[in-house]
Amino acid sequence: MPLTRRELIQSIAVTGAAMVVPGLGLAQARPLTKPIPSSGEALPLVGLGSWITFNVGNDPVARDSCAQVMGAFFNAGGRMIDSSPMYGSAQDVIGYGLKKTGNSNVFAIDKVWIADGDDGPEQIAESRAKWGIKRFDLLQVHNLLAWEAHLDTLYAMKDAGAIRYVGITTSHGRRHKDLEMIMRKHTLDFVQLTYNVADREVEDRLLPLAQERGIAVIANRPFRQKALIRRFAGKKLPLWADEIEAKSWAQFLLKFIISHPAITCTIPATTRVDHVRENLGAAREPLPDAKMRRHMVAHVHEV
Amino acid sequence: MSEWWTYRPADLLMFSPETYYRLFELYNADVWPAQIIGLGAGFTIFVLMFRGPRWRGHAIAALLAAAWLVVAWAYFLERYTSINLAAPYFAWGFFAQAVLTAVSGVLMGRLAFNDPRSLTAKAGVALFLLALLLQPLIGPLVGRAWFSVELFGLAPDPTVLATLGVLVASDRVRWELLVIPVLWCAITGATLWTMGSPEALLMPSAGLSTLILAAYRSLSGFAAA
Repeated sequence: MPLTRRELIQSIAVTGAAMVVPGLGLAQARPLTKPIPSSGEALPLVGLGSWITFNVGNDPVARDSCAQVMGAFFNAGGRMIDSSPMYGSAQDVIGYGLKKTGNSNVFAIDKVWIADGDDGPEQIAESRAKWGIKRFDLLQVHNLLAWEAHLDTLYAMKDAGAIRYVGITTSHGRRHKDLEMIMRKHTLDFVQLTYNVADREVEDRLLPLAQERGIAVIANRPFRQKALIRRFAGKKLPLWADEIEAKSWAQFLLKFIISHPAITCTIPATTRVDHVRENLGAAREPLPDAKMRRHMVAHVHEV
Repeated sequence: MSEWWTYRPADLLMFSPETYYRLFELYNADVWPAQIIGLGAGFTIFVLMFRGPRWRGHAIAALLAAAWLVVAWAYFLERYTSINLAAPYFAWGFFAQAVLTAVSGVLMGRLAFNDPRSLTAKAGVALFLLALLLQPLIGPLVGRAWFSVELFGLAPDPTVLATLGVLVASDRVRWELLVIPVLWCAITGATLWTMGSPEALLMPSAGLSTLILAAYRSLSGFAAA
């Protein structure tokens, strides 16, 4: 997809600033992108999740903090933000952040998560109102709940131009057989599933199938909800991590995920501005090749 | 939720510990000086368990029912629901306990305290004082903000623990009033355990001890009869 006028202006502004401020170039360089198979639209390899981190209720201080994280995310070239009606107040907080940052370039992802298919449209309308946007870019059936009825709704919305892409999600490695069946039988733009250096079951069937069927893949739980970060806390990165310019364990873990050919992007969540910059910093060359990826898996098992 | 048995408590926890305790901080600021009224009601119950008019059991039940009602409305429905999708269900549970306490204790007069020197009465009073005075100190003692203290009559845990104290101290076991408090002990224990809170085992321990004691008293009663 060609650059929009806004992206072009942002890109020129960043380049200009980088020439004036030493060191800024690396921090502000645009993250690597991959095309969405069904459209060719380029999407940054690292997005922003909102499970737990953005569920801060009505706390004004925490809401401002989340808005700062979103501001830093957009400034570093991020676009994709993911949420769900299941995430408590996260949708409201994202809406607050979008209003506060004034960003209109967000790639908005939400989900439909309700047992009765007839209630899907109303829930989607409520979600959209909370975000305060005209339309979602991508809507997904959350955790395969009432997926047949909701997929019908989403296809109809896509046909009417009310959303741009249709997807379906799972997490924690659940219901992979069902997901595989849906991926084979239905036309999907996206699937979202759990993939990280420690949860690699999807490498066997689902990721090759996604490539075969031209389905974009969003990897959730990149850090197993901080568990992987905690596992490596205090341990030094291997020296060979320099070869892929991973400056932290977070970047090491993210580079592993986004370097898989079938993965379109991953969506780490955070409450910290420095972490969101660090996460987007992983979407830079060089990324590990197949040999390095095997090395990374072996090293993680050793640790 | 499909395959619900494969979910761990950590998978279901939808907020961070910071958000959870910050909610109490904001709640306390919002409702000040209701804390004084809550503590006043607590001390009134404490005194009534030892002495007072013949209808003191009715008065204690009325104060407890009011406390459960306040927690259901002001905490669960007005605040906790903003970060926990299950909060409305908890609110209904607390409403139900308020009604049960009002019917059983106020209307039917099934709560009596005629033997304050008995071992169970003393244990119940100790539990009640723990809820009223010591439990609120746990947060600040483990490094949380003073303003996030959880108090009887406003926050669920001390209200439930105080209720267990009253039920243990009463002359007879009232099973109809024990079910919801004990269930809450399990729910809050799981939540706090998942968040890594140091006091996670307090409420489940209190709930289990109360159940064991109640069972012992009931069986002893049957044996004596």
